[in-house]
Amino acid sequence: MTTILDEIVPARAPWDAVVRKGQTLRIIDLEGNQAVDFLMYALADDAERYSAQDTIAAQANVFLRAGATLLSNEGRAMVTITATSVDYHDTIGGACSCESNTLRYGHHTKSQHACVENFLQANGRHGRGKRDMVSNINWFMNVPVEADGALGIVDGISAPGLFVEIRAEMDLVAVVSNCPQINNPCNGFNPTPVRMIISA
Amino acid sequence: MSGSGTADPAGARAHARAMAGTRVEAMPTVPATAADDRPAGVAPDAMLWAETIAAGGYAAKRLDRGARLRLVDLHGDACLSTLVFNAERPIERLNVADTLKVQWNAYLGAGRLLLSDMGKVMLSILEDDAGSHDAFCGASNALSNARRYGDGDNWGAHPNARDRFALGVAKYGLGRKDIHPCINWFKGVRVGHDGATEPQIGPFAPGRQVTLRAEMDVIVVLANCPHVLDSRPEYIVTPARALAWRGPPTPVDDPIRNATPEGLRAFLNVEEDLRR
Repeated sequence: MTTILDEIVPARAPWDAVVRKGQTLRIIDLEGNQAVDFLMYALADDAERYSAQDTIAAQANVFLRAGATLLSNEGRAMVTITATSVDYHDTIGGACSCESNTLRYGHHTKSQHACVENFLQANGRHGRGKRDMVSNINWFMNVPVEADGALGIVDGISAPGLFVEIRAEMDLVAVVSNCPQINNPCNGFNPTPVRMIISA
Repeated sequence: MSGSGTADPAGARAHARAMAGTRVEAMPTVPATAADDRPAGVAPDAMLWAETIAAGGYAAKRLDRGARLRLVDLHGDACLSTLVFNAERPIERLNVADTLKVQWNAYLGAGRLLLSDMGKVMLSILEDDAGSHDAFCGASNALSNARRYGDGDNWGAHPNARDRFALGVAKYGLGRKDIHPCINWFKGVRVGHDGATEPQIGPFAPGRQVTLRAEMDVIVVLANCPHVLDSRPEYIVTPARALAWRGPPTPVDDPIRNATPEGLRAFLNVEEDLRR
């Protein structure tokens, strides 16, 4: 394996990179329980993008685990989770936004930085915009669904140094928000850096 | 060629005009005021829309704030996949993840809200006697229909919901990037132990219905295709009825508006947006 890229994403920051078919991206939760909000787009046609709903339907499960194939909105494989040291990852909780923060916590949180802001900034560098926001993946985030449907972001199940590794099944653009949320336990109330390693 | 009398424009016109008055099940009632299935207590001139959506068909409609939209599973096997846009600014649209997360619950039913990606309520659910809806599994697509039915094309016998959406949004000037994660009415998905999806496909009793209230001016796009987790080998879906009528905007003392602190703020954000 040759390392193509090895970068630290600072706490609260956006990040994006091209991952070619066959390459792997390893995301390391350096300090533990840091939600990494993640979207991806087909490099050839960014109207084709990650679809949480297609992925859930195809694997008949809401959690993302090792071995999962993550699908596009056209039903095609985008990446496979080749390994992870965390039991499962979330794809139903979505990304925090200034606007949804006003609902969840109150209008006093509207000025706080949020994942949608990061996604808009990172995508905006490449001509994508708000229409390119869809339900995302939250690596290292824990959103259980209870028997009565109760659902919520709760204390994480990750820890310092745990990781997830995905292999690209098509050429794609990965876009990340290293989640800045401080009003729920998705980052242990303390956003921290993560490490991104692309290998071929 | 002769026999149908269409060899010249006058004959072709007569042939075309002779079709007038044809009635089929899946068609709009125009004007909607003539619909013979108006909800009780709704005056004819309050009717905004009455359309039976074909099995495998789709429809799109703009509705003003306060309008009621009733969806009826006429024969027990409808599956209405639904997109919602702010009609004034379609860049604002339904956000399924926020809809669940903000309400701390995975399931849709009476009293719940459909939320936009801008922290606002788009539609509220006034009544629901179906109880089996799905916010997890989304629309079928060309590949998933091809796997199950042999094809999934708009021009074939087994259209898929995503490509139906593409046509529906196109008629409002929107494109593929505007097709967002959707809600499926009438076919349900529950989340079981360890995250497993548990589909509720039916067939169900005929006539189940859900009634929505527009909390902002919206464009609703509906596709009526088999649920993506419907394991029956045949392409089974039955027509659905859409009925809409004029209604007053939600008053400040509305019980749904005030049911939860998160929901109340979603109404406040709409009301603030509409302050002129």
